[in-house]
Amino acid sequence: MNLAATTQGFLSPTGVEIAFILVGLVTLGAAVMTVTTRQLVHAALWLVVALGGLAVEYLLLTAEFIAWVQVLIYLGSVVVLLLFGLMLTKAPIGRSPDADSGNRPVALAVAGTAAAALVWVVVDAFRTSWIDLDGPAQGSTDTVGAILFRHWVLPFEALSVLLLAALVGAIVLSRKHAKGSETGSATDSDSEGER
Amino acid sequence: MNDALDVAFRLLLVFAAFIALPLVIGQAEHKVMAHMQGRLGPMYAGGFHGWAQLVADGVKFAQKEDVVPANADRRIFQLAPAVALLPYLLVLVAIPIGPGEGAVGQVVDAGIFFVMAVMGVGVLGSLMAGWASANKFSLLGGLRTAAQLLAYELPMLLAAASVAMAAGTVSLTGILDAFEWWWLPWQIVGAIVFFVAGLAELQRPPFDMPVADSEIIFGAYTEYTGLRFALFLLAEYAGIVVLCGLTTVLFLGGWHGPMGDDGLGWVWTLLKTAVLAFIIIWLRVSYPRMREDQLQKLAWTTLVPLALAQIALTGVVKVVIQ
Repeated sequence: MNLAATTQGFLSPTGVEIAFILVGLVTLGAAVMTVTTRQLVHAALWLVVALGGLAVEYLLLTAEFIAWVQVLIYLGSVVVLLLFGLMLTKAPIGRSPDADSGNRPVALAVAGTAAAALVWVVVDAFRTSWIDLDGPAQGSTDTVGAILFRHWVLPFEALSVLLLAALVGAIVLSRKHAKGSETGSATDSDSEGER
Repeated sequence: MNDALDVAFRLLLVFAAFIALPLVIGQAEHKVMAHMQGRLGPMYAGGFHGWAQLVADGVKFAQKEDVVPANADRRIFQLAPAVALLPYLLVLVAIPIGPGEGAVGQVVDAGIFFVMAVMGVGVLGSLMAGWASANKFSLLGGLRTAAQLLAYELPMLLAAASVAMAAGTVSLTGILDAFEWWWLPWQIVGAIVFFVAGLAELQRPPFDMPVADSEIIFGAYTEYTGLRFALFLLAEYAGIVVLCGLTTVLFLGGWHGPMGDDGLGWVWTLLKTAVLAFIIIWLRVSYPRMREDQLQKLAWTTLVPLALAQIALTGVVKVVIQ
């Protein structure tokens, strides 16, 4: 891996790299639109473009499995949930000026810090790594599965426990409200029991 | 150059199938419904058996004015039909119809994930249409579409995961290569769960509450006219093709058949797909519509446990036979 770096200039313009940069610019643009547009649903739809662009970047990095999981989870489920929530609550056509909370500078600072930290870590970690496009696919399902369950089982299990805790927490939070109304009146508790 | 030609030729074939097969399904739906319900209308146009009904429908759609409501979000309203239709075209590229590498548009390594992921994107089209129409009925339709997704997506993925476990691969061609006839009884529960969940994804009866015409006009598509409406209809038929093709490939052995696997495998695939498509049309004319909450109950108390049981069974059998 390290040796390969000496034969490659930084961003030697092969086709894949040009595509990578262009898709990256589109993704970045869509992400900026997501946080700056004043129309709520448009923000969610720009998020679709940004997340989709990210999936294409994964594909270009030969991480096929990750790319499809990205589309499946984020585009197919998370954004749909987001749109569902928006439609259920408040999704006017046109601008929603009241959606601006006035936290822009703080949000910008947090986003800037997070981006700087991530870019720094990723650049530092993969500075001299190159993917051999002609060799065997390095991001195939086979490889990802083997690496995940051989070397990263503990983080994987920790994550699943975290998600389980979040799930239980969500159930507890959503049931709390029902309990409150139960103590409020006897008839409510009766209908609660019937359910 | 030869490679590029090969790829272009394959894509052209897939595109032709994408145009032709949904129309065949549409025609079949006209005829099957006409026979089952004694409808005379679709049997009249063109003389013999009403063969020209579909053509007449097409001409009608093309003639109609393309109206965008004044208060609608114009760009998203116009973009929605494409978002609903294109994912199915992409899925069709990955479905193998015969043995070997030659009979599939493009071999995708993580095939199951690819088809599930891309099919899921189609839902966004309905949501965009429902929101951008600036119509209460459309918004209700969009809401129901999204609510439906919460019900069908998990059991569908779990059922597909069971087959992937059985075959030891997530590639669609790989699954077909590993298929044995006794997988049919082994995976039958998963097959039913997958098919039922798929029906809910396609918003076909008995799960057509997002478009329930007697309650909310036509759901997310209420405001659409002309060709854009036809595109949504085409997406529905393309969805039937894709769902039946996927069920065939995952659970019914695709090109495997009692005889003639090598030369005539594609006939078996098409035959099985056609039978499943017939069942979907049959269900439309024979079952009443469910309510959204009934679907949620069906999904979370029946389909998900069944799919999990199927995964457990698959795991046990897999370990025993090794």
